[in-house]
Amino acid sequence: MLLTITTTYKPATDLGYLLHKNPAKCQEFEMTFGKAYVFFPEATQERCTAALLLDVDPVGLVRGRRGSIMSGLLDQYVNDRPYAASSLLSVAMTQVFGSALRGQSNDRPELAGTAIPLTAKIPALPCRHGGDVFLRHLFEPLGYKVEASRLPLDETFPDWGEGPYFAVEIEKTTTLKDLLTHLYVLIPVLDDNKHYYVGDDEVEKLLRKGEGWLASHPEKEAIARRYLKYQPSLAREALARLVEEEDPVLAKEEEAGLTAEEPLEKDISLNEARLGAVMAALKGTGAKRILDLGCGEGKLLRELLKEKQFEQITGMDVSVRSLETAHERLRLDRLPARMKDRLKLMHGSLLYRDRRLEGFDAAAVVEVIEHLDPPRLAAAERAIFECAKPRTVVLTTPNVEYNVMWKLAESSQKFRHGDHRFEWTRQEFQAWANGIANRFGYKVTFLPVGPEDATVGSPTQMGVFRRD
Amino acid sequence: MDIKIPKLSLVVLIGPSGSGKSTFARKHFLPTEVLSSDFCRGLVSDDENDQKATKDAFAVLHFIAGKRLAAGRLTVVDATNVQMEARKPLVELAREYHCLPTAIVFNLPEKVCQARNEERTDRDFGPHVIRQQGSQLRRSLRNLKHEGFRHIFVLESEEEVNSATVERVPLWNDKKGEHGPFDIIGDIHGCCDELEQLLEKLGYKRQDSPSGDGLWGDRIYAHPEGRKAVFLGDIVDRGPKILDSLKIVRNMVKAGSAHFVPGNHDMKLMRKLSGRDAQITHGLQQSLAEFEALSSDVREPFIRETVEFLDSLVSHYVFDDGNLVVAHAGMKQEMQGRGSGKVRDFALYGETTGETDEFGLPVRYDWAAEYRGQAMVVYGHTPVPDPEWLNRTINIDTGCVFGGQLTALRYPERELVSVPAAHTYCEPAKPFILENKQAPALSAQQLHDNLLDAEDVIGKRIVTTRLHANVTVREENATAALEIMSRYAANPKWLIYLPPTMSPCETSKREGVLEHPAEAFAHFRSVGIPRVVCEQKHMGSRAVVIVCRDEEAVSRRFGILNDGIGIVYTRTGRRFFEDRQMEQQLVALIRTALDQTGFWDEFKTDWACLDCELMPWSAKAQQLLQTQYAAVGSAAHGAFRETIAVLEQASRRHDLMKTFPVLENSSARPADVDNILSRYRDRNDMIAQYVTAYRQYCWPVKALNDLKLAPFHLLATEGKVHADQDHVWHMEILKKLCAADSGVLLATPYRVVDLIDPQSQDAGTAWWEELTAKGGEGMVVKPINFVMRGKRGLVQPAVKVRGREYLRIIYGPEYTAREHLERLRSRNLGAKRSLALREFALGMEALDRFVRREPLRRVHECVFGVLALESEPVDPRL
Repeated sequence: MLLTITTTYKPATDLGYLLHKNPAKCQEFEMTFGKAYVFFPEATQERCTAALLLDVDPVGLVRGRRGSIMSGLLDQYVNDRPYAASSLLSVAMTQVFGSALRGQSNDRPELAGTAIPLTAKIPALPCRHGGDVFLRHLFEPLGYKVEASRLPLDETFPDWGEGPYFAVEIEKTTTLKDLLTHLYVLIPVLDDNKHYYVGDDEVEKLLRKGEGWLASHPEKEAIARRYLKYQPSLAREALARLVEEEDPVLAKEEEAGLTAEEPLEKDISLNEARLGAVMAALKGTGAKRILDLGCGEGKLLRELLKEKQFEQITGMDVSVRSLETAHERLRLDRLPARMKDRLKLMHGSLLYRDRRLEGFDAAAVVEVIEHLDPPRLAAAERAIFECAKPRTVVLTTPNVEYNVMWKLAESSQKFRHGDHRFEWTRQEFQAWANGIANRFGYKVTFLPVGPEDATVGSPTQMGVFRRD
Repeated sequence: MDIKIPKLSLVVLIGPSGSGKSTFARKHFLPTEVLSSDFCRGLVSDDENDQKATKDAFAVLHFIAGKRLAAGRLTVVDATNVQMEARKPLVELAREYHCLPTAIVFNLPEKVCQARNEERTDRDFGPHVIRQQGSQLRRSLRNLKHEGFRHIFVLESEEEVNSATVERVPLWNDKKGEHGPFDIIGDIHGCCDELEQLLEKLGYKRQDSPSGDGLWGDRIYAHPEGRKAVFLGDIVDRGPKILDSLKIVRNMVKAGSAHFVPGNHDMKLMRKLSGRDAQITHGLQQSLAEFEALSSDVREPFIRETVEFLDSLVSHYVFDDGNLVVAHAGMKQEMQGRGSGKVRDFALYGETTGETDEFGLPVRYDWAAEYRGQAMVVYGHTPVPDPEWLNRTINIDTGCVFGGQLTALRYPERELVSVPAAHTYCEPAKPFILENKQAPALSAQQLHDNLLDAEDVIGKRIVTTRLHANVTVREENATAALEIMSRYAANPKWLIYLPPTMSPCETSKREGVLEHPAEAFAHFRSVGIPRVVCEQKHMGSRAVVIVCRDEEAVSRRFGILNDGIGIVYTRTGRRFFEDRQMEQQLVALIRTALDQTGFWDEFKTDWACLDCELMPWSAKAQQLLQTQYAAVGSAAHGAFRETIAVLEQASRRHDLMKTFPVLENSSARPADVDNILSRYRDRNDMIAQYVTAYRQYCWPVKALNDLKLAPFHLLATEGKVHADQDHVWHMEILKKLCAADSGVLLATPYRVVDLIDPQSQDAGTAWWEELTAKGGEGMVVKPINFVMRGKRGLVQPAVKVRGREYLRIIYGPEYTAREHLERLRSRNLGAKRSLALREFALGMEALDRFVRREPLRRVHECVFGVLALESEPVDPRL
């Protein structure tokens, strides 16, 4: 992992004073994750380059024995961490170029505050999720001239496409402190994969390092989000303090859990319309004991909890991680005992008969069936309508006809979400639902959810099944 | 007094304080069988005499008693129990668990009790307490029978208490000592001709009754080989020759050549004959008419003996160490071998849900669908067109009297033997053979198996396997498996096996390598294995292939409709191909090869399950290759090219200081650019080797012919798991198969190595060196037999020895650098090996159960277990 910094300020060798490193020396520093070297490949009056070379110990990295910071997160055994620029480089910068990063120079104090022509080069910088476009969006607003060339993934297999790494060169006449600070914050943002656990002090760190430039940066939300590794509450807190008021868009997205999934349905009103329609259908039946099958991260559960009518609410999901998120978001540990008794979360699968699901008044199956493989749908049908058989089942699924409104085909995306196994037209859904109703003794009515288009209908379709 | 109590009963000791109950209990029962209220008081309050704790103490006592009775354990309640309110919950408890409450009453003179209590220092209640208890007891005595106690023993004196003996007698239904073989025969309903035909067909011979009993005639059958017939009841009513049928059955029972569990019709007839009320419906009139037709001098005694005979019958039997249960209408697991009115009712009538169907008949509770017991249950009662297995139960009433057949099940052979009805003697209220009778596409078991029950997979589970005893699946691992199984796996009906993980050999101490064949050879030799097979390890992805002869075979054997003629799935049970067309092409190609090699006839099968490696690696691991393997190469190349360039530039400088003093508070040390440069050149070479290594296992797949499939185990075919054949057999069978299509199918090269012959081992090692020098992954070393036991139990089914270059993609591109390699040598194989054995045992158990045609849940339990174990944390590089 290499970072070189070059200046053509005259005398260029003053770079050594700014970095507190003698250009005539090659020095080695002990790091928690290996070694760092600082040397000067060139040091003339006209041009001087300092190199920071990181020797990351690949075996130590995997074995997690060199201090606890490495264990746990980066557990892959064949890993780009020893080679690609990452937060490890930021850590090394604070340790090896600490005073330069603070803008201090004992020998050239006024030069430390002076803008000089500087170029920084990183031969392998991962630009995940956004590529060089995002790279430019990060550095160009700060006044850098950016050159980036993508490293080939594997020349033998051009079909494999492009890799995430770029050889990057940024150039600007600025203070060394600013250059180092920008790199310090933005390298991990580009890598989008920090090596240490992100805690509250990271917010402080970001605010300190971002002083004077981050608040006005057009990508400040993305920077904050990535730097804080998608910890929504932390990102929200950081953002709030940056812009002095809560950013409504981001906050809402996270509230609705839309940051990671359903990118197409970012339209919050659809999600709310869906929850609203489901709530209306459930309330209308007078049901008291409610099942939320495939409750995910608990969006519907939160609404259900607000209604006194629902005395017993059980959320089930097959994803343990979703349940953990739901548990956290609903603050189950902190709910008063009486509220908590109303709500139960359980891990389970719709593809198995589950006796715990028997005896409920109503079940919501919201945006769930399209995640099941079609050959296994029959098992879910029986588990819900034959075994659990609540008196009412409220079921929603995407209406594939509506996808044209989002120009899905143009982006060569098959379905709205990567995990969707199918999406149905209104006719397909209604034929399926009527079949269910016939076989299991239910009556079904259909309702559109979301803005209805004359030809393609609404984005979501809903079936309400009732059994006498 | 000789106190005879049923083996499973709730024994309630009744007597005032000081009447000697605890002493008696200690003398006649195990300490764990006795639940004393004093002890329970102590459990909840630390004071056995704390009367305030009585309520909680009894809650504990009842709870434990319930658990014991559920588990079928005799339980003795040692408390005064002199009040009706105290006994009532105990009688209810006994009823709940279908066992008989027994009362042993200590009705001793009051002065004996008083004297004993005075001797005890821990009792400080006054004499009035004992007096009161005594009078409560005496008032209770005559009510005990009415309260529900089936056996009551009253001890009146100290001598009687001291001399009493307790004998535990088996229940009438306990015939566990009888092992058969049996011929179990369904509802006869007076179809005597068919009965005699069936008995003859089963090999029974008519004998003349030696006694020549006047009333019961001389017709009697016995089997020359000592087989016994078991009649499932409903001998009478409806049919043409009711009394003849009854006579044969009765004579065989008396002669010991048959058992007979009664049916509801038999019992109703008995009630009517003994003068009680019974509606003359459902064919009772035919029975009565036959009795009417008897001459008046015979009728009376015959009726009397018939009633006696029917009254003596036991409602269900448990045979063969508990492996076989017979009852007219079936028997739930929790009632088997128990005795209560409810058990008898279930045996005679089954249970109904309380609803009625469109014919106005009660809807029966489908106990067989819920059945999870170990015992096979054979029953009748409800006519079915064809007997079908469902969860180890089978209904063999094929409605002879309604024009169907009279059917017998041979046990333990599980063969069905039938004779058709000569006539339709009676029209059923509900047609049991549908007009437009079509063979259903799936059997009852297959339909049932369409939906598995979460109870059979979630939570902590212990799976009993033949190879490796009990395998425990922890709850958190089952949770992970449930998610994977639900989100990604193929239809569970296809998943009859998942492959086990495989451990590498012990770590080699040789220069420059982590693994070497010598270690694998030494491992197997040390556990007492004389010969091993070395198979080339193909670097692809593990694939399990199921191929059927045609779609009909798929529906018949796997219970899957419209899903092609087979499947290729991964080690986590996921379909290998998203492209179903390519999957079916591959399966069809194997089917053709099986056709051509005469495989179907040779193995008398129409399906086969193969364990294979599918290449290229990139076919399945494309994403991993792009995001991880190629990415690492790309980043390293980019970084090193520039690093070497700047190091060279620095190295060309002449003004660099070679040495310089280090400041005291500085963490910096002098370093040498040329040293760093030379190390980076070495590192760059290792990256190049790493890229070469992974590239070997990648090629583009555009069409079927770009794939290579290397089968290495023929796991199972109809009726057989081929774990009894050695690996040479597997290799040769599959070599023949692969020869039939050399385009895609790839025979696996192998060598047999003799572990006590150094030359043979050298040859094996040389072969490994040759394979790995060409870039091969390495080889798999297996004991010559599929399943082998050594001195420490089951031996590893296989151990892998991977090549030096291949391991770059496992341990990292630069693992061969000396400073890395030495650290990597300390690796622990224990967890991996233990996992491999448990998964192997589960995988083979799954196949065994499938081949034995067990219900899907029993197969799925094992497959699910393998998946769950795979979520246990182990070093992924092993």
